[in-house]
Amino acid sequence: MKYLANVTTLAYAPDKCAGCGRCAEVCPRGVFIMQDKRAVITDKDRCMECGACALNCEFGAIAVNTGVGCAAALINGMITGGPPTCGCDSTPGSVCC
Amino acid sequence: MQKLKFVTKEQRDGKSSCCSTGQGADANSSGAVAKALLSCPDAGKNAPRWIIGAVPSPAGAVPQISTAWTNGDRWGMIKSRSGGYRMRYTVAPGLYAVGTPGKDADVFVSANYKLSFDILRRALAGFNAWVLVLDTKSINVWCAAGKGTFGTSELVTRITEAKLAEVVGHRRVIVPQLGAVGVNAADVAKRTGFRVSFGPVEARDIPEYIRAGYKKTSAMSNMKFGMLDRLVLTPMEINPAMKKFPWVAAGILLIFGFQPSGFLFKEAWSNGLPFQLLGLLSVLTGALVTPVLLPFVPFRSFAVKGWIMGVLSVFIATRYLGPTGVQDPILLAVAYLLFPALSSYIALQFTGSTTFTGMSGVKKELKVGIPLYIGAASVSMVLVVVFKLKEWGLV
Repeated sequence: MKYLANVTTLAYAPDKCAGCGRCAEVCPRGVFIMQDKRAVITDKDRCMECGACALNCEFGAIAVNTGVGCAAALINGMITGGPPTCGCDSTPGSVCC
Repeated sequence: MQKLKFVTKEQRDGKSSCCSTGQGADANSSGAVAKALLSCPDAGKNAPRWIIGAVPSPAGAVPQISTAWTNGDRWGMIKSRSGGYRMRYTVAPGLYAVGTPGKDADVFVSANYKLSFDILRRALAGFNAWVLVLDTKSINVWCAAGKGTFGTSELVTRITEAKLAEVVGHRRVIVPQLGAVGVNAADVAKRTGFRVSFGPVEARDIPEYIRAGYKKTSAMSNMKFGMLDRLVLTPMEINPAMKKFPWVAAGILLIFGFQPSGFLFKEAWSNGLPFQLLGLLSVLTGALVTPVLLPFVPFRSFAVKGWIMGVLSVFIATRYLGPTGVQDPILLAVAYLLFPALSSYIALQFTGSTTFTGMSGVKKELKVGIPLYIGAASVSMVLVVVFKLKEWGLV
């Protein structure tokens, strides 16, 4: 299953890649694979912007605008004017994902 | 490695008490549980049933855990999957032992949401391993990693507090792959000396992962999201929506029952009932039918998927089902306007549960969707007012 096309904020600079393979190890969507000791993007639209690759790239080759990808959190953020939140961090009685 | 003490069921249920520690389920770290167990077998009667004893380690006693599930564990899974109980379904953070692990045994990291922990210990049946539980405030690995509670600093803290460097001779921890959203492996290595290996997404693949020499196949790395995976998530979509339903139902009765001569229950019922049933149907269409049939409903947008299924359900219900038959053309228009929009809105909420939707996409859907939802609700309200005015003979 794939979500909307051409919306992901994933950006990859192959010239910074040192070939450690962490991105391919952490991506749960198979977006990165290793080819000739370099990371290659297979299909950008599979990306769900979880941010695991960017966090674990020691060489700063990957950037992605990551955040809570659920409608309830984004609507909460719109209503309160704050950042998107599921409201499950401190509020008693709230139920989390 | 020799086991120090094994708390039997008889001891657990025994009346005699050599010490009244009250430790166990209430203890806030696994070490406290183990210490209580070692000093007094009777302390085990307050310990959770999945703690079956304690094993020694160079850094002190560690509770030994069962890899089998009891009915209590199964019932806990059902309760935590359906509501707020999940926020209290927790285990004490810290180090645990599966079997009789030694210095060379693998270390698996988990969250202190009991269901996550249970799935891991079940997958480790037959192995000798250490399990390091992080304090994620009773939230699963994936969600906690997104919030950062399953994260670099918590992992570093737990490795240090558990004195892992004394417990094991090697320098590797195996973190569930989905934890990578919160765990910076390079940072952990710098601060603790432990190298992070990101294991399979699903704990059930761990035995195969170990047998393959700690290598993941691409199937182990990719998140699956089959029909059953989607189905078990739907109670958390249906229950919150159903909590609001009595208010909606009461509102519908009020609108239809209100007459110039007062409140008429007969009117409330004859026109209100089909709308109540359609409301119920549209909630189920958005929260259950659309998620379960997700890949089979056309288009990638969740809002569109929900809307299509909503139109379909209103069509079937008003055409072919007796109790939901709506005759009045104005009310029929309201039904087609309002209920598919409701299904669409609820289906859009499921983006929070999937394994393939991202923030940018959801933002895009909301930007287009919310004005449409507000528009549909507003026009519906106007139409209901027109219907009422006509009913009262005012227009």
